[in-house]
Amino acid sequence: MLVYEKNSLSDEIEVLIEKFGKERSALLPILQIIEKRHNYISEFAQQEVARLLDIHPVEVYSVVSFYNFLHRYPQGKNIVRLCKTISCDMAGKREIEEALKRELGINFDETTRDKKWTLEYTSCLGMCDQGPAMLVNDKVYTKLDPETAVQIINDTK
Amino acid sequence: MEAKINKTHREGAVLFSPYDAGSSIKKALEVGRENILFEVRESKIKGRGGAGFPTATKWMLVAAAKADKKYIVCNADEGEPGTFKDRVLLTEYPDLVFDGMVVAGYTIGAEIGILYLRGEYIFMLEQLEDYLISMRQNNLLGKNILGKEGFNFDISIRLGSGAYVCGEETALIESLEGHRGEPRNRPPYPVNTGYMGYPTVVNNVETLASISKIITKGADWFKTHGTEKSTGSKLFSVSGDCKKPGVYELPWGTTLNELIKIVDAENTKAIQVGGASGVCIPKSQFDRQLSYEDASTGGSIMIFNESRKMLHVLKNFMDFFVEESCGQCTPCRIGNVKLLECVERIEKGEYTFSYINSMKDLSRTMQVASKCGLGQSSPNPFLSILENFKDEIFRSKENGVSHA
Ligand SMILES: Cc1cc2nc3c(=O)[nH]c(=O)nc-3n(C[C@H](O)[C@H](O)[C@H](O)COP(=O)(O)O)c2cc1C
Ligand code: SF4
Ligand code: FES
Repeated sequence: MLVYEKNSLSDEIEVLIEKFGKERSALLPILQIIEKRHNYISEFAQQEVARLLDIHPVEVYSVVSFYNFLHRYPQGKNIVRLCKTISCDMAGKREIEEALKRELGINFDETTRDKKWTLEYTSCLGMCDQGPAMLVNDKVYTKLDPETAVQIINDTK
Repeated sequence: MEAKINKTHREGAVLFSPYDAGSSIKKALEVGRENILFEVRESKIKGRGGAGFPTATKWMLVAAAKADKKYIVCNADEGEPGTFKDRVLLTEYPDLVFDGMVVAGYTIGAEIGILYLRGEYIFMLEQLEDYLISMRQNNLLGKNILGKEGFNFDISIRLGSGAYVCGEETALIESLEGHRGEPRNRPPYPVNTGYMGYPTVVNNVETLASISKIITKGADWFKTHGTEKSTGSKLFSVSGDCKKPGVYELPWGTTLNELIKIVDAENTKAIQVGGASGVCIPKSQFDRQLSYEDASTGGSIMIFNESRKMLHVLKNFMDFFVEESCGQCTPCRIGNVKLLECVERIEKGEYTFSYINSMKDLSRTMQVASKCGLGQSSPNPFLSILENFKDEIFRSKENGVSHA
């Protein structure tokens, strides 16, 4: 990472700490915002958060590594999470899975070379009455068929 | 189709019946804490989050506790496979849920309420925040609520980050405090040592929504619905093989046979009651009742018709538990992997019955030796599916590679 990038990340984290406070309970909200903005939480970011919250960096690492929605390595700009739990599975998850893989040219748990897309599975999204369902970044899409799933990808910048 | 907030017209006896926003708060402040606790106890309501603990007991313990601060946490982690009723309550009936939180706060003496919303539901965050703003404008939140001198209460929303186990109340508290969502040893229970070490009530979304109805309409009215031991109504999240999936409000005591008629299911072979951690009930037992005393559930109902392979269903559940185990204790961390492996070996036909029996023993060990409800209940589908569908699984020829 370049020096000015480091500085700006430090500044950014300082602003977050100002907003959420220095309590340990602020950790998750802070990490969630860093993840959202940078598509991962770098080692440097983890260290900075630890320094500013006055906790050991390994504490931050242990939290980042625990949650499915937080990543330690760069992810694509957009993350697609396809529900693989049984109701969606029965509603035709497999066809969506194949269509997404074909369209993006990657497998699940991979990121496209242009870093635009990451494919992941997720457990039940709470949309089982409208499966198959997937999460694209913050948005939930339901009643997918292969065509609409691909359409949603193409419509997301 | 993008999931958005769209209020559909729903009908039901208790939760889906008409309600004026703010009315339970108003009533609660009129009648006072003692009377609220009395009504809640009389109503015999039990927690709707799955465990079925009497709500009044929880509230009384925290109300009686001497502490500088107390908290009410609404558990909206809704991660049990097949459950989506809290999504409907939060998007279509936020008044019931948030009013219930205010009533709880007033009763137990809390000034802060926290809604722990699963990260997957971030799409509803903005609307929920807007709703809280409107409550503040109407003095249903904030200082001296509805003119009640000294009653200050506000609600904030915190997001989860994709971990099923965070729905377990002590893991949820760990998560709120900024830690890994690993369940704690209990006791102490959150009613003693909860958020930040203070007495805390953790209640499910539906429990709190029901409270709003109990307060406005009374315990006696509430008890006219349901059974002797399971009072009131329940929201059932129905998915799988049926023509009308969705959320249904039905009285406790409804039988599975009645339910499949209502949702228009045909050729039903099995119903998974209670989500992945629940049990799989075969056709021969569809006269069973949905209630705490019989087939208990936090609301997840998944229907499988004759075309489904139950071994595939089981594999999907075990895969879920392997993924979602927090890994803190050995019976659950290793046990679920072993059970999944067993399902895969059955699939390939590489098993002996003594091996299967040893895996059933392991299941029973997990049920007693796991630290939290996840590992204690993850063997449920394994045991119930292997038992109830043994003919299909062990005697049919086509048990090679199976697809649902
Ligand atoms: C693994 C696991 C996941 C759970 N997930 C939820 C959940 O998503 N929502 C919920 O209300 N309760 C969940 N519970 C139950 C909670 O621990 C707790 O009993 C409940 O929130 C209490 O609220 P109630 O008494 O109103 O039901 C879960 C329990 C376990 C063991
Ligand atoms: S039972 Fe499973 S989820 Fe619960 S504490 Fe043990 S390892 Fe974690
Ligand atoms: S099974 Fe896919 S949303 Fe529940």
